[in-house]
Amino acid sequence: MVDNIRWDALAEWWPQFLQGAVTTVEITVVAVVCGTLLGLFAGLGRLARHPLVRLVPNLYVTFMRGTPLFVQILLMHYAVMPALFGSNSAIVNGIIALSLNAGAYIAEIVRAGIQSIDPGQREAGRSLGLTQAQTMRHIILPQAFRRMLPPLGNEAIMLLKDSSLCAAIALPEITYYAKAMQGSTYLVWESFLSVALLYLVLTILCERLVRLLERRYGTV
Amino acid sequence: MSEVIQVRNLCKSFGALDVLKGITCTIQEREVVCVIGPSGSGKSTFLRCLNLLEDVTSGEVVVLGQPLTDQRTDINAIRREVGMVFQRFHLFPHLTVLANIMLAPRKVRQQDKAAAEQHALLLLDKVGLRDKSNAYPHQLSGGQQQRVAIARALAMQPKVLLFDEPTSALDPEMVGEVLDVMRALAREGMTMVVVTHEMGFAREVGDRVLFIDQGVIVAEGPPETFFAQPENERLRAFLSKVL
Repeated sequence: MVDNIRWDALAEWWPQFLQGAVTTVEITVVAVVCGTLLGLFAGLGRLARHPLVRLVPNLYVTFMRGTPLFVQILLMHYAVMPALFGSNSAIVNGIIALSLNAGAYIAEIVRAGIQSIDPGQREAGRSLGLTQAQTMRHIILPQAFRRMLPPLGNEAIMLLKDSSLCAAIALPEITYYAKAMQGSTYLVWESFLSVALLYLVLTILCERLVRLLERRYGTV
Repeated sequence: MSEVIQVRNLCKSFGALDVLKGITCTIQEREVVCVIGPSGSGKSTFLRCLNLLEDVTSGEVVVLGQPLTDQRTDINAIRREVGMVFQRFHLFPHLTVLANIMLAPRKVRQQDKAAAEQHALLLLDKVGLRDKSNAYPHQLSGGQQQRVAIARALAMQPKVLLFDEPTSALDPEMVGEVLDVMRALAREGMTMVVVTHEMGFAREVGDRVLFIDQGVIVAEGPPETFFAQPENERLRAFLSKVL
């Protein structure tokens, strides 16, 4: 089979694949950052004492986890963003859909991370006169973040792979170019197996990075 | 002498379980009050009500003239003046010994870094752990951790210190070093409320001993008479088990 591989076609499409890989990494990084911020607020909101404060993040998490990401991307690109902001930018709309989705899962990671910290830590902080916010900021979150790192890394890897769904809204990431190559060359193996390997390389790198961070900031 | 803490008819329930059933007492300035009693008697809950780590079901707790149960009282302002030492230390594991001690003075009292550090090192001298200032809590023994926890509480320069069974989680050979620090504090005139099982400490350092059983103060008095001639039957039964 190796004899039949059209290396020349691959060589021709390689620059586009690399360009797509750069875009994939870019949207993933932005979505991880935005999703983490969103998840932080949503996760804290879900821990609030007041039921009305919990309502919004609860609805958000339920909706995002209960509907397919693919549908969310289509909805965002073709309906929500054009209607609200007149945005037809696939990259903007794609990043927003991915961030919102990641935020919901990260909210659960944040919540679990905070709840895993010994209540005595909060009591020690409060007994010293720190406010609830200061206790969260200086005592709980730094410890919870260390425990959140492994699931956050997992979420980043999921996001990296799920960003391929954005090919459906013509966001020029890796999978978009794979489909383009298949459409113009009819070479299915070359098109899809090569980008599969490209994703694999990226996810392995991502895993390494997470492990590095864990060693640097890991649980003490 | 002035009253640091006044408790009037304090009741605390967890659901249907009545833990405190009307506690009334007063803690004077520079007084060391030891609270003893069988496990489950409510003595830790009593202590935790004094800085509102447990909210009070009914009754009144007045600390430094401020009624804690009043909605308008700034509880954070009170907690700044009331230090607490826990049974299981609760040091912040992600911070060094020095950072543990400096956190509250820096964030709550807005001390600048140099002043906070200087004071922290002074307190570490006091508890004999200056050489551990850059260590992390998990690198310390239990006794050392508890001494750091005491230094952390002292860093806020509290008017009163609450101890919640400070030696109960320690290996026997480490109890002494923690009690030594507490003894020194008592000599300096620190107002202290100590929930403890260390009868020797209560007898030697306490100005007054409270015996709590089933949510009420059953007996109280100066340690000399309290231990030598216990009048109450439940107290006698308790002391015969622990002495």
